Amino acid sequence: MKTIMTVDDSASVRQMVAFTLKNAGYSVIEASDGKDALTKLGAKIDMVITDLNMPNMDGISLIKALRALPACKFIPIVMLTTESQAGRKQEGKDAGATGWIVKPFKPEQLLSVVQKVLR
Amino acid sequence: MEDIHRQAFRDEAADLLAELETALLELEDAPQDSGLVNRIFRAMHTLKGSGAMFGFDDIAQFTHEVETVFDKVRDGLLPVTRPLLDLTFQAKDHVRLLFEHDGGDITAYIASGATILEGFRALAGEGEASGAEHGAPAAPAPAQEAERERMFRIRFKPRPGIYSTGNNPEYFLEDIKALGSAKVFAHFEDVPPLRELDPQSCHIWWDILLATTSSESAVRDVFMFVEDECDLSVTPVEAACEEKVPMLGEILVERGDISPEQIERAVAGQRRLGSILAESGVVPAKSVEAALAEQSIARDRQDARKSAPEAASSLRVSTDKLDRLQDLVGELVIVQAQIKQAAALLGNEAVVNLAEELERLSDDIRDSTLSIRMLPIGSTFSTYRRLVRDLCSSLGKEIDLVTTGEDTELDKTVLDRLADALIHLLRNSIDHGIELPAEREAAGKPRKGTIRLQAEHSGGDVVIEVIDDGKGIDPAKVRAKALERGLITEHTELSQQKTLELIFLPGFSTAEAVSNVSGRGVGMDVVKGVVESLRGNITLSSEQGRGSSVTVRLPLTLAIIDGLQVRVGDQGYVLPLELVEECVELDKQNLEVCTRKRIVNLRGQVVPYISLREWFCFPGPVPAIEQVVILGMNGQRVGLVVDHVVGEHQTVIKSLGPVFRKLDGFSGATIQGDGSMSLILDVKRIVNMALEQAGRESER
Repeated sequence: MKTIMTVDDSASVRQMVAFTLKNAGYSVIEASDGKDALTKLGAKIDMVITDLNMPNMDGISLIKALRALPACKFIPIVMLTTESQAGRKQEGKDAGATGWIVKPFKPEQLLSVVQKVLR
Repeated sequence: MEDIHRQAFRDEAADLLAELETALLELEDAPQDSGLVNRIFRAMHTLKGSGAMFGFDDIAQFTHEVETVFDKVRDGLLPVTRPLLDLTFQAKDHVRLLFEHDGGDITAYIASGATILEGFRALAGEGEASGAEHGAPAAPAPAQEAERERMFRIRFKPRPGIYSTGNNPEYFLEDIKALGSAKVFAHFEDVPPLRELDPQSCHIWWDILLATTSSESAVRDVFMFVEDECDLSVTPVEAACEEKVPMLGEILVERGDISPEQIERAVAGQRRLGSILAESGVVPAKSVEAALAEQSIARDRQDARKSAPEAASSLRVSTDKLDRLQDLVGELVIVQAQIKQAAALLGNEAVVNLAEELERLSDDIRDSTLSIRMLPIGSTFSTYRRLVRDLCSSLGKEIDLVTTGEDTELDKTVLDRLADALIHLLRNSIDHGIELPAEREAAGKPRKGTIRLQAEHSGGDVVIEVIDDGKGIDPAKVRAKALERGLITEHTELSQQKTLELIFLPGFSTAEAVSNVSGRGVGMDVVKGVVESLRGNITLSSEQGRGSSVTVRLPLTLAIIDGLQVRVGDQGYVLPLELVEECVELDKQNLEVCTRKRIVNLRGQVVPYISLREWFCFPGPVPAIEQVVILGMNGQRVGLVVDHVVGEHQTVIKSLGPVFRKLDGFSGATIQGDGSMSLILDVKRIVNMALEQAGRESER
């Protein structure tokens, strides 16, 4: 079973993402921000879905930190962005993000992006 | 969205609003603190994003505008002022009201919300222009493409570092293939020598030809995440091949692989452009290959377009009319043969030419007439599906019917007469072959049995197979049954294969108890009879515990056979060419030695023979030199002695009139080029009759 980490400071978004992914047969690790995510990296992670605006450590910094780790160098990292964050999207890509999901999104949109990058 | 998510968000929103209030109060004391501005922005942002996701659209819309303003504050475009703070406090309260009155009548709040937003807009003031830019609608989606297949030329050249973004080029190729039928050409030219190779970089790039009903934007969407990490071009090639098939050079130039001048220089030689270009290193071989493939696809598509109108419409014609047409064509072919012979005798060049022209035409008419009668065997498969379903439910079995080769074509008459035989074979497999689900499980097989019904062309024949993965046939039981029926005696020794073939004997049934499925008076002997009447043969193989398979081999059509024409006395006969192995001269010396045993020595091998002259009781002297046609039948060889072998040619079969139908040993008649009639010999029958006769003689 593939393991996906969802990183978001919004508990409801985390809950919705985790719920959707678990229903689709993935195992899910939840983290509330970048710092929390890095401390929860113990198990093998196949993919990361991260929000950009978060306290303590934001999404861009998290992506950079993950890409620096050998285990996470090539895994898909998808960022959650909003329409108004075109600039941030580019920052994320430059940091090594694989793709993005535009908020607000529906569960099926989330899954289609996951299936696009994780096989 | 489920209510649990909505409720979770409501709780979270309360926290966010509290956080918003604290941050606003702190900001009042320290307007320069960008950290506080960020906190406020983030809270608004989450309210907006999650609000929309969980169905709080009014809140999302409202907070969107507030967020936009705070984005400007964050970027230093707007100062933190008292009016701004006042408005934000109002906005926060407004959001809380919206949450609390979710679902209720909120008309009263809309007005106050609008006032607040107007205040924000006035504050943002000059920011209007950039705001409009944000809200600009995306380019209108291209009108829904019709369900028409188009072709795209895609060049996907990822940057070497593509892997470091967690993207895998392979996935994009898979996604493209999922859109339609794709031809993918990988370019390896840029892969460095091994010692310089960086395995973490991507050195390969691809040319893809995609035929798809998807739109260009759908094709581009596949590469959405890597637009900036690759060179991508998606070009529709439809327009280019509408009028004519483009030349290889044109395609290469269009693709930007080469300039027209380079082509000019290369064409100076005489060989094929593609190999010249590849060899001279102007273009990588892969590029040429990709362009050539495009050319051939374009050509195919053009051909398909040309022939499409004919294929599109069809006509129902009664088989009687077709039979009549086929008869007439038969006559025509015969007359044509006569004319050809007459023309040759006349020696007039003009007439010979005309006769040849007529032959070409009548051959075409014959072929197309026969092809009209051809139907795909798949048209009968659906009834079998129903049969399997019905039998399964009445017998409590679970069976998958897998069919292949549905488009294999067969003469309608053959198909019609075959239908019952196939039904019987399927019934056998279902009733006797496939075990009950529980038995299968006990035997370590899947509960569900599989019956394969497959058809394919093999040379001039059609091969139809019924294969099941059931319990197979037990030779011991077959033998016991045959003994019981008196078909063999205790002492009869048979190979395993011969034992299995006993079930083709009349009166044989492998069913231990007659069920309501089998036991309808149709046995394998009837099936064998039907197949043989269609000039086909049937074979059986079986492995105990693994299943059995029945193979039926049939000629494509009943109307024409490839025949070997022979003469005995002044009479011509036709033998089916498929059975003929070779023709040799009869060695008189051997004949005299073995004359009583009717055996000919063929390169050291003894082959029994039948003399047609004797068989038909021809009067007159035996010619000095006779010829033997060696026939192969069921793995055995039999000779047929004739006066003279004329040669092979296609023969249109005319059925014998009712008076002659009971005659054994003839399968039909045909008319020769000189107008004389030849009988078509049913050599299998003749050989069997001869064997029976010999058997009776030896008993006496």
